This record gives sequence, structure tokens and C-alpha cells, in this order.
Amino acid sequence: MRFATPPSPYLAPARHTPRIMAEVSLALVPGLAALVVQFGPGVLIQCLVALVAALLAEAAALRLRGRPSAATLWDGSAALTAVLLAVSLPPLAPVWVAGFGAVFAILVGKQLYGGLGHNPFNPAMVGYAVLLVSFPKPMTAWLAPLDLSAAPLGFAETWNAIFQRELPEGLGFDALTLATPLDSLKNPSASAAIPSVGAGWAWVNSGFLLGGLWLLGRKLIDWRIPVGFLGALSACALMAFLWDAAHPPTPLFHLFGGATMLGAFFIATDPVTAATTPKGRWIHGAGCGALVFAIRAYGGYPDGVAFAVLLMNLAAPTLDHYTRPRVYGT
Amino acid sequence: MKLWNFHGGLRLDGHKQDSTQLPPRTAALPARLVYPLPQRGGVLAQAQVAIGERVLKNQVIARDPLDQQPPLHAASSGFVVAIEALPLPHPSGLSDLCLVIETDGADEALACSGVEDFRQHPPAALRRLIHEAGIVGLGGAAFPTARKIAPGSRPIDTLILNGAECEPYITCDDSLLRHHAAAVLAGGAILRHILGAGRVWLAVENERTEALAALRSAQAGGTGDIEIVPVPTLYPTGGEKQLIQVLTGREVPNHGLPADIGVACLNVGTAAAVYRAVVHGQPLIERIVTVTGRGVREPRNFLARIGTPIADLIGQAGGYTEAAERLILGGPMMGHALPRDDLPLVKAANCLLIAGRGEFLAETRALPCIRCGACAEVCPIHLLPQQLYWYSRSGQLERAADHQLSACIECGCCDVACPSRIPLVQHFRAAKGLAAAKQREREHADHARQRHEARAARKAEEQRERAAAAQRRKANLDKAAAVKEALARAKQKRATKAPTPSPEPHPADSEASEP
Repeated sequence: MRFATPPSPYLAPARHTPRIMAEVSLALVPGLAALVVQFGPGVLIQCLVALVAALLAEAAALRLRGRPSAATLWDGSAALTAVLLAVSLPPLAPVWVAGFGAVFAILVGKQLYGGLGHNPFNPAMVGYAVLLVSFPKPMTAWLAPLDLSAAPLGFAETWNAIFQRELPEGLGFDALTLATPLDSLKNPSASAAIPSVGAGWAWVNSGFLLGGLWLLGRKLIDWRIPVGFLGALSACALMAFLWDAAHPPTPLFHLFGGATMLGAFFIATDPVTAATTPKGRWIHGAGCGALVFAIRAYGGYPDGVAFAVLLMNLAAPTLDHYTRPRVYGT
Repeated sequence: MKLWNFHGGLRLDGHKQDSTQLPPRTAALPARLVYPLPQRGGVLAQAQVAIGERVLKNQVIARDPLDQQPPLHAASSGFVVAIEALPLPHPSGLSDLCLVIETDGADEALACSGVEDFRQHPPAALRRLIHEAGIVGLGGAAFPTARKIAPGSRPIDTLILNGAECEPYITCDDSLLRHHAAAVLAGGAILRHILGAGRVWLAVENERTEALAALRSAQAGGTGDIEIVPVPTLYPTGGEKQLIQVLTGREVPNHGLPADIGVACLNVGTAAAVYRAVVHGQPLIERIVTVTGRGVREPRNFLARIGTPIADLIGQAGGYTEAAERLILGGPMMGHALPRDDLPLVKAANCLLIAGRGEFLAETRALPCIRCGACAEVCPIHLLPQQLYWYSRSGQLERAADHQLSACIECGCCDVACPSRIPLVQHFRAAKGLAAAKQREREHADHARQRHEARAARKAEEQRERAAAAQRRKANLDKAAAVKEALARAKQKRATKAPTPSPEPHPADSEASEP
């Protein structure tokens, strides 16, 4: 008899990349649900817009590069990038914001470097950063959480607001939007409102924390990165808090405000752009956490997660180089 | 006993029951026995018998002219019918010289006798005996056993008998331990005597309960002094380096040998073969081999003669099932696929795994590496396979070497952990091959340069010699001329003194200088 002779090993791997992407996307559900409950259906519409834009951009790029597109398009990586970007956007942001951000993330953040696995920067955060620095106004106009909002919008009204920039009679965008709690840190006069304003965000962060813990349990992300991230952020916040206890925010506020949990479990842990060695991952996570605190406390932007992660992405190859584990027998 | 851990590793489904449901069986005498003459390390053994000659069981039929590799023995009596190029049990399907014996069914053996009491014999004599018995490591690498137990730079304090058969599907060592535990223990005692080892450990995976029980009851019979150590069932615990680390906590130095840290590690099958060679004088002409997988009807272990055609063994295991799709020599992690089944069983063959359709991974296209690090987490050597993959694929061999590519044991853990299904080990093998070729090239270039420099130096030396000789000749010539002159002067003096008139004054006379 004649047989084929492929090289060993022959056992099938336990995991498959598209499945990992799907599971990470699934882990976003609790956080996404909390966002929808707190900020209305705009979040879902942003996801939809980003998904369509990202997949179109990915398909176009693969076609231009002459790559097989079907398998790559549906490996889940572009979709995951789109969702991560969408959950970072203000829910009523105009349609072109999410569209432009997603296209930029896929084309410049990913495909220009050679596609999945070759991009040095987290594509979703590249998209977010370019939107934030280019269009600061729509990017910082967040809706007030539902329980603070006078007139919650329905799905159709939200759709119109996003696609047509039309609001129901008697409502203005300025009336609906509110500086985020982190924003109000920059503005001491608003600091009294922080505890209550932070409430909606605490739910969102708890949702992402829940999904993140599930990822940890499934061993889909390395625990060192979120632990390093949250540890460093807490340590910095605690030091600042002890230094000047009269002035909030508390460490808890930092942990459950803004994009902390999303960043710690879903953004900084992006394997492609994070450090890969165990020690490197500790430093990577802690560096992100410390930078998030620094940007929030001293920087010009309301939240620091995107820039913190991008800066640490920059450091990842160097971290990998200097934190190689000792090889057996050497 | 305290055990250590090694980094990474995989818990794999062992499939050990597949081939241990049925009792082991002695394989039938095949019509032909085939012995490939190429040996480990590229040595070609030379036939010691001629075509048409009758050979007896246990007779030496081929020998390495340099005696680095142990000889080959006939596994039964019969006639040598051919010494010709036949396909070798290798994935490439390459052919090379093989010696073919047609058995005559008489199974007539050369009488052989062992030593009465091995303790009365010096280690060197026993090593010679083991070498002459054709014994190589039966764990799969087939390294000559006599060389492995030769005295090295430092004394051996620990002898490890490796019964930790960690690859899925393979049960030949398990079968040996269940049914021949006493032979293994006796072999261990002989090896200990030869090595002068202080302690002997026999490691068996803790899930092999029958084998452990058999060993314990054999030990109760009075071959004590060997500590039986159940080790965790974790792939690749049975790897030499990993097992040494688990038992001793010591690491074999990179590019070093276990002997460098005072350890010798031998497969339990090798120990049993040593026992039979020393005590009964039997050369290595048979071994236990597992025939298993969904592609074969009655998976089981066979005690088979070396040289038996693989197809014969599969036939005795009930033949192929309809699903049979792949023939693997060894296990699913480190074995290699064979293109055909008309190949002989060699000493290193521990398992024939006939995979059925769907039993193993079909060849799939690899997805891009997402640097998830799963490979680094399972690497027992603590390498960073994704970096090595990057460097090997882009031909950056020096950076790959800097990341210790050469330390990779090709266990396949990273492959099986990779969610992008990248054939990492295949890349590493290729890069290692490339690095070795580069190294050879460099050595050749170095040799050529050295030869050139030596030649240039020789030329220069010759030239210097010639010049010196010329100088000497010239000096001699000058001396001769001076002597001649002096003689001439003296003659002239005599002439002027004497009344006899000289014909003419010597022309050089006026110019002559003192030498």
C-alpha cells in the first residue's frame, strides 16, 4: 500500500485561531450589554457600522494584495477589531466617524503592515487614536448614562441621530451629551458630580471584567497582562489618592471608570501587538496601567487607554528582546 | 522521592489501551528478512556473508568497517539471496543497500553462551560483549549502547532506566515491563555494574499501573536496589532531558550529554537486551513493536524479528481497515510517516501507527501567527517558538541560533498548541538543516583557506630554503675561489723566491682581497 508522508506531529491542535477570535468576541457580550443598557441602542448601531466598514475594507485590501480572501475575511480578526473600536465610540457619533475609524484601523493599522499577525499596533486603537486627534468634538461627546438622561432615545430616533443627525423635536445634541466622568477630572468644578456620574460606567466596566475573567478561565489571554495593568493602575491611583485624599478620584474610580477593564482584558492583551515573553507581558501590562494613570492625571485627553496601549505596543519588540526566558541547559 | 517539573509539556490522550487489550504475541517467522546496511551517522555496514551463503540465526551478517556501530545479526537461518538497493524505512522513500535473507524455516541457531557472573568481568569486557551483541538504544534513537555506557569525563552517579513511554499510542515498553520486568531489572543491575553508578532509578509513567505492579512483584523476587519511580504522565516526560530534569532537577548542558552531569539514561528495552546479551549471550535480533491505530484491525504488541517486513506485521494484526490512510513509524508526535509498507523493521522501530481517516489532523493551510504565545507556554526547553518561526522563515539563521534553535528537541508540543496550525517543527527542522549545511560550508571554506594558507606557507618556506641554499652555494663558491686564490698567491710567492721565472703575474693578484 502507498501512503502520504506529511511531517509530524500529527495530532490536531486543540484550538483554532478563528475560534479564539469568536470566543473573545463572545466575551465582549456582557460589557456590550451593559453599554446598551446604560447608553441606549446607539452602541449596537456603531458596532454594525464599524463591522460593515471593517469587512469591506478588509475584503478590498485582500483583493488588492492578491490574497485569498474568504478564509481571512471570516477569521474573525477584522470583526473583532471593528467591535473593539465601536464600543470605544460615543453612541451617537455620526456614521462617518465609525466608518472612517474602522476603515483606517483595517487599512493602515493592519493591512499596510501585511495583515493579521504583522501589525505592530493594535488596529482598533489606531482607529480610535486617529479619530480622537482628528475629530475631537464628536469623539468626546458622550451620551449621559440612561438613568441621568432626561429623554432616552428609542432605536429609530438613535438611528436617525447617527445617520441623519436629526433629533426629535425640542432636543439638541448638547442637551443629550455629557462630558464623561474622566473628562470632568480635568474640570475641578464638575468634580462633585463624579461619584454619581461614574455609576453608569461602573456597570460597563463590570461587564467587561466579567468577560475578561471568562477569557482568563478559558486561558485565551495571559493573566499577567490584565493583572499587571490593573495592579499598576491601582498602585499609581492609590499613591495619588494617599498624597491628596481630599481630591478624588479614588483608585476604585480609576479601575471602574472609562475603558479600564476593556483595556486591561481586551485591548492590552491583543497577542499580536503585546509582548510575548512572560516577563515581557508583566512589564507590558504594568506599563499600560501606569501610562493610563499618567495620561488621565496629567495628559490632555480624557482617557488614556488607547494611547497607553499604543505606546506599549511600541515597546513590545524591545521588551521581548530583553526578557527572553533562560533556555533549558544554557 | 522528590520530583521536579520541567517547563510546559502537554497532557495528551494516550490511546494506550488500544494496543494493550490483546496480549502481546510473538510474530511469525517471515519468508524474507531484510537488513538495511546504512547505519546511524551515515555509516554503511559491510556484508560479512556472500550471496548464496547459508547463515544461521545469531550469526553476524554485516559490520561497520570502523566498528563505530555495532554489527547486524541474522534473526533466523536461511540463505542470503540479495545485497541490493531497496527502499529504506524513511519518509523520503530513498533506497540503499540492503541484505536479504530468505529464511529456511529451520530457525537453526549458532550456539551462544553468556557469562556466568557478570560481576566477575571488568566493565570494558562487558561493553565489548554488548557491542558485539549489536545492541543499540531501543527507545527510538538507536544510539550504540556500548558507546553510551563508555567511560566519560566524569563518573556516572545516577543510572536512569527510561520506561516513561510518553508518546501516545506506543506501548512496547509498557508491554515489556508487564511481561519481562525481571529481565529489565537484571539488565539494570548489569548496567549499574558497568557504569559504577551509585543509584539506579526506573521511571514509569504513573498511569501505567500494570507495568508498575509487575515491576514491584519482580523486585520482590530479589533484584532489589533499583528504585521504581512513578513519574507524572505528561508529554514529553520520556524525553531524555526532561526525564533527567524530573528525577534529578539537573539540566543537561546545551550541546552537552547526560554524562556531563553524571547521568546515564537508557531505555528499559535496551536494559532487557543487555541482560539477554550478557547472561544468555543473545544478540539483538528481535524487539517488541506496537502495531496500532484505527487503520489496523487488531492492534497489539508483537515480539518481532528485526528485518521482518512491516506489511507482514500488519497482516498478523488482522490487516488494514478500510479507513487506513497513513503509516507512521513511531508515535503521532515525533514519528514519521512512511510512504509504503514493504519496508523492513529496524532496531529503532518501536511502533507502527496506522492512522485511520479522521484520526489525525488532515493537512490544512496554516493561518498567520498571532503571537499568542501558546507555543512558548508548552515548550519543555523554554524556547520562544514563535520567534524561532519568524527567524527561520525569513532565513535569519544567526538570530535563530541566538534564540537557541539548536536546543529544540522537536517534540512537537508547539505544533499541537498552535491555534494557527503552523507546522512549526517542520520549519525548525528545515532551519536546522540549513544551519548545518551553512556550518559545513563554512568548515569547507575554512579547510580550503587553511589548505591554501598551508600551501602558501610551504611555498614561501621552499623559496626561503632555495634562497638559503643558493646563498650557501654562493658562499661555498666564494670560499673555493678564495682557497684557489690563496693557493695561487702561495705559488706566486714560491715562484718569486725561486729562480725559476714565472710566466706572467696573476691578474687577480693586484685585486685580491683577504677573504
